Amino acid sequence: MREITYLEAVREAMSQEMRKNEDVYILGEDIGVYGGAFGVTRGMIEEFGPERVRNTPISEAAIAGAAVGSALTGMRPILELQFSDFITIAMDQLVNQAAKLRYMFGGKGKVPMVVRTPAGSGTGAAAQHSQSLEAWMAHIPGLKVVQPSTAYDAKGLLKAAIDDDNPVIFYEHKLLYKTKSHVPEEQYSIPLGKADIKREGKDVTIVATAIMVHKALEAAKELEKEGIDVEIVDPRTLVPLDEETIVESVKKTGRVVVVHEAVKRGGYGGEIASVIAESEAFDYLDAPIKRLGGLPVPIPYNPNLEKAAVPQVPDIIKAVKETVQFK
Amino acid sequence: MSNHALPAFITDERLVELYKQMWLIRYFDEKVDQFFAKGMIHGTTHLCVGQEATAAGSIAVLQEKDKITSTHRGHGHCIAKGATVDRMMAELFGKVTGYCKGKGGSMHIADVEKGNLGANGIVGGGIPLAVGAALTSKMKNEGYVVLCFFGDGAANEGSFHESLNLASIWDLPVVFICENNQYGMSGSVKEMFNIENIADRAQAYGIPGKVIDGNDMLEVMNTVYEAVEHARSGKGPVLIEAKTYRWKGHSKSDAKKYRTREEEQEWRKKDPIKRFKEYLIDKGVLTEEKAEQLREEAFQEIEDAVKFAENSPEPSVDTLLEDVYA
Ligand SMILES: Cc1ncc(C[n+]2csc(CCOP(=O)(O)OP(=O)(O)O)c2C)c(N)n1
Ligand SMILES: [Mg+2]
Repeated sequence: MREITYLEAVREAMSQEMRKNEDVYILGEDIGVYGGAFGVTRGMIEEFGPERVRNTPISEAAIAGAAVGSALTGMRPILELQFSDFITIAMDQLVNQAAKLRYMFGGKGKVPMVVRTPAGSGTGAAAQHSQSLEAWMAHIPGLKVVQPSTAYDAKGLLKAAIDDDNPVIFYEHKLLYKTKSHVPEEQYSIPLGKADIKREGKDVTIVATAIMVHKALEAAKELEKEGIDVEIVDPRTLVPLDEETIVESVKKTGRVVVVHEAVKRGGYGGEIASVIAESEAFDYLDAPIKRLGGLPVPIPYNPNLEKAAVPQVPDIIKAVKETVQFK
Repeated sequence: MSNHALPAFITDERLVELYKQMWLIRYFDEKVDQFFAKGMIHGTTHLCVGQEATAAGSIAVLQEKDKITSTHRGHGHCIAKGATVDRMMAELFGKVTGYCKGKGGSMHIADVEKGNLGANGIVGGGIPLAVGAALTSKMKNEGYVVLCFFGDGAANEGSFHESLNLASIWDLPVVFICENNQYGMSGSVKEMFNIENIADRAQAYGIPGKVIDGNDMLEVMNTVYEAVEHARSGKGPVLIEAKTYRWKGHSKSDAKKYRTREEEQEWRKKDPIKRFKEYLIDKGVLTEEKAEQLREEAFQEIEDAVKFAENSPEPSVDTLLEDVYA
């Protein structure tokens, strides 16, 4: 099977759907001839024209709200929010409007839209362009939250997100854009709420999201040399969360490390840890649940500090060893 | 370029200094551009080459106690507000001697003591901050004015509209200066506005609006001075739109597909530094030889700043958690 990048997979998922469904359109800042800040929409305005690839002013509140309003009335917008940090400006429209309209209206109306947005650190863009704020969105009933870690997952999950009749926040990690994997040419859908076991193992489970899946895989390779067999569960979607796959894995291994890039305090890892602690897997635990996340600090500019602010492979190795060695 | 009535502190010597400052701004950004092209600096940057007059000219007419809020394209504002280029360069190198101890980088340089309340990574993010700083001036009777920089793109953020109204109803001492360089990242003003002049929006908030040639140092100085004194006297805010052009791409990688090379050439002819030099020579306060000498001095200062930055230490990883809270 051919290999394409995560970035190309996202673009392909959008383009294939737009060829089929006239109601799907994309809007966002600099998504026209510029091709988007990261190049995801490159070539799309040439194919679909400016009516369906709508280059917007720098007005996050208005474009998010316009997406909500058009979704409510029959369109299926994909909003590209240039950096996920700017969701702060779109927040009212997403949290108070998109998430709640259907419920408040007593089950009338629906808001089928996707907010695609690049997240994460590692590019040197500093505190206002490097955050991982997905836990905020996961907290809001009415929103779904997706965090693909591979090109294959990105394509299938984006198709499912576009097909979904609810607002979906789709986080793309900037450092994953150039990563490649095997991706079928035809359209396919990966159901929201289905975790993926990225590596099977028997000694310890790592539940990792987005870029941390890759760091966990690297850590697992190192740990294998020392005879530690790691299982890696990638939830892929935070809402809905595939609790069953996580719980089953922990029941099998009896030990678990949860890792994400977002700040640990208030991060989604707390939710995952709680799900495990409240489940039947609790009785199988041979060690306390361990959480790894970003330090409680804005992302700094200096590259050494920036790296130190979020979990790295050695941190994961250390956490796994501590968990495995716990008596 | 006409000879307007400038404030008394803009002496002939000061004008000549400003000429050199414009070169300092240009060379700073030219240097940063080279470093990014070579991959020597981490992250991203936004250069103000071609926009030197809006930075140097408008800040020149401020008093020392006055404050500014800047943008992601802020190196020029920062230099004009009295920052030293060595500590700025050190910040871009992520060094501990930088203005933000290496934690902020290009988009966050601030010099709070000098009244520079910071560049800003959020488009339109600085506009409400300027209003708040002006509120302090008013409530504490401090007599300073805040000069608030933002781009044409930022004028389509809600923060712009809300801030202008708030500053207007409270008669705050703030001057909003929109550096209209014709583009956001790629969106042109022709595509993103259905009005000719952004300054026309002033009317909607009941404040004066002025359109100026942002590449004309004299016009910038004169208009901003008038606006600043208007604001200082308690008459409330002013919106100035300075028409200008960024010569470089938006940030470090930009194929500039959204504009033509011809348009770029047209604007290069309106080089604000060259025009200011011609004015100063006409006025008899500068000679070609002296101008050349000042340009070279500015060049050398940037070279020295680079050495300072290169020789400065990296921040220790132990400092990572410092400065989150006061
Ligand atoms: C809230 C927000 N939206 C989008 C961006 C991304 N962005 C950074 S600069 C820029 C263009 C800004 O245009 P303008 O205000 O005209 O300033 P200029 O870059 O031309 O100086 C954009 C879209 C951002 N940093 N913040
Ligand atoms: Mg602009």
